[in-house]
Amino acid sequence: MKVDVNTVKKIAHLARLEFDEAGLEKMKRDMTQILDWEEQLNEVDTENVEPITTMSSEVNVMREDVEGEHLSHEQALKNAPQRDSDYFRVPKVLE
Amino acid sequence: MISQEIKDKYTLVVGLEVHAQLLTKSKMYASDSTEFGNLPNTQISPITLGHPGTLPKVNMKAVEFAIKMGLACNSEITKYNIFSRKNYFYPDLPKGYQITQDKGPICVGGFVPVVLSNGEEKSIRLNRIHMEEDAGKSMHLAEEVDTLVDFNRAGVPLIEIVSEPDIRSSDEAYNYLVEIKKLVKYLDICDGNMEEGSLRCDANISVMLKGATEYGKKVEVKNMNSFRNVARAIEHEFERQIQQVEAGETIISETRTFDATTGTTASMRTKEDLNDYRYFPEPDLSPVIISEEWLNSVKVAMPSLPRELFRKFTQEFGLPDYDAGVLTDSKEIALYFEELCGLTGNYKAASNWMMGPVKSYLNELTLHIEQFPIKPVALATLIQIIDEGKVNFSVASQKIYPVLLANPEKSPLEIAQELNLIQESDEGSLKPIVESVLAENEAKVAEYKSGKKGLMGMFMGQVMKKSQGKADPKVATKILMELLDN
Repeated sequence: MKVDVNTVKKIAHLARLEFDEAGLEKMKRDMTQILDWEEQLNEVDTENVEPITTMSSEVNVMREDVEGEHLSHEQALKNAPQRDSDYFRVPKVLE
Repeated sequence: MISQEIKDKYTLVVGLEVHAQLLTKSKMYASDSTEFGNLPNTQISPITLGHPGTLPKVNMKAVEFAIKMGLACNSEITKYNIFSRKNYFYPDLPKGYQITQDKGPICVGGFVPVVLSNGEEKSIRLNRIHMEEDAGKSMHLAEEVDTLVDFNRAGVPLIEIVSEPDIRSSDEAYNYLVEIKKLVKYLDICDGNMEEGSLRCDANISVMLKGATEYGKKVEVKNMNSFRNVARAIEHEFERQIQQVEAGETIISETRTFDATTGTTASMRTKEDLNDYRYFPEPDLSPVIISEEWLNSVKVAMPSLPRELFRKFTQEFGLPDYDAGVLTDSKEIALYFEELCGLTGNYKAASNWMMGPVKSYLNELTLHIEQFPIKPVALATLIQIIDEGKVNFSVASQKIYPVLLANPEKSPLEIAQELNLIQESDEGSLKPIVESVLAENEAKVAEYKSGKKGLMGMFMGQVMKKSQGKADPKVATKILMELLDN
């Protein structure tokens, strides 16, 4: 399957990635290759095969509704690139 | 403003998406507390923050709550449930995706009967109810350069209730929301508080010419924090879209935000011209299978719903629709009343007590029925001693009731006796009182006898006064008539 530059640009934007011209070309090639490789799966006959959504065959793995441990306030904020004493800080997303 | 004549050419078409925050103790896929109003970023776990290597796990209670809502809305409950990732970037979504349900929502179809302002009932069909998680809270403060993010709310369980585009007026939308709120509160799955954001509503609004078979392009309106504002936003959009169509312009499918101060909507167009959520099945969660057995155990535990109680109050108790409407407005009032009716056979009197003295006491002190001091059994006794003729309603409501409120452990009869309020319904003891009233009012008696029958009320008043309100009006009237008409 051939991926065009516009598709790469769209996907890059959705993933908030930026590429220069050379990068776009490289991604285009890589993605085409990946999709071509995956197309091998089309050779398998999947008529009458139920799709799976997880690799495990377990079902109904659920929790009771009880409060468990959570991070301390300090631990929670520890890895934030930007923070203050209360909040995570991010570049303003609304004017 | 557009004229009514032009408005009448168009049909309004509205579908609502209601998000209800579920009243679970822990989050949808993690065990952090869901408590509201705590210090920012104190109820988060590595799962909520989407740290690498963490795995979500479904909260069983949240699934049950979703099933309950589906049962209450006559939806079909999906047996085999999977979750999906909805991918988008926003700082209040730490994982970069929301775990929701895309294909195969837990509840499919169904309907919500809504009573319109003209008294007619209309069923608003549901498209689906699905489970998902809430995002964190972003604050864009004017004095700050940054956006501040609090993740306490991130991961709180939500159900999204999506209606079909069956709503045809702002009034219908308002009543539909009232009904949804009533349902979630009766089911005890959401507190229904729109101001605090535990119930949120987006509206999909379009217009079409009357008789048209195809809907117009829809506009999604967000940011309405009360039922009233949802209705206002719909009114505004109806007019705005008609104006646009009349001017020959085309409506663009877009998201608009409602401004409560002006009552208008404005485009929210962002750089992301079209959202592409790239849904795919969530590989970290195993399927949730709802067995017959599980479904039945939820069914068995379903509480009475407002319309069932309404039916019971009108059909079994023979109450007017108005009474039943007021009494089923809140679950707690309805349950109190239902208990009361199990203790007295006089349903109408019970209803009058609830809508009169009980409600005015609660309103005056802004209390909830749970805080009402008088137990149903005491109120039932009070109704009983009125029915037995021991006291009349005005003595009961004005003299016994206040004392009972202050001393709820006392029995109403005890209070009546202590205050010497037991009604005189004994002819022998009432007759002297009547006689003395007539003796004191000889002139009036003469007038009465010459045809001024309207004086009867005056005599009765005097008898009541002399007996300190204790005279049984029926017996007193009988004696008065006997003495006067002879």
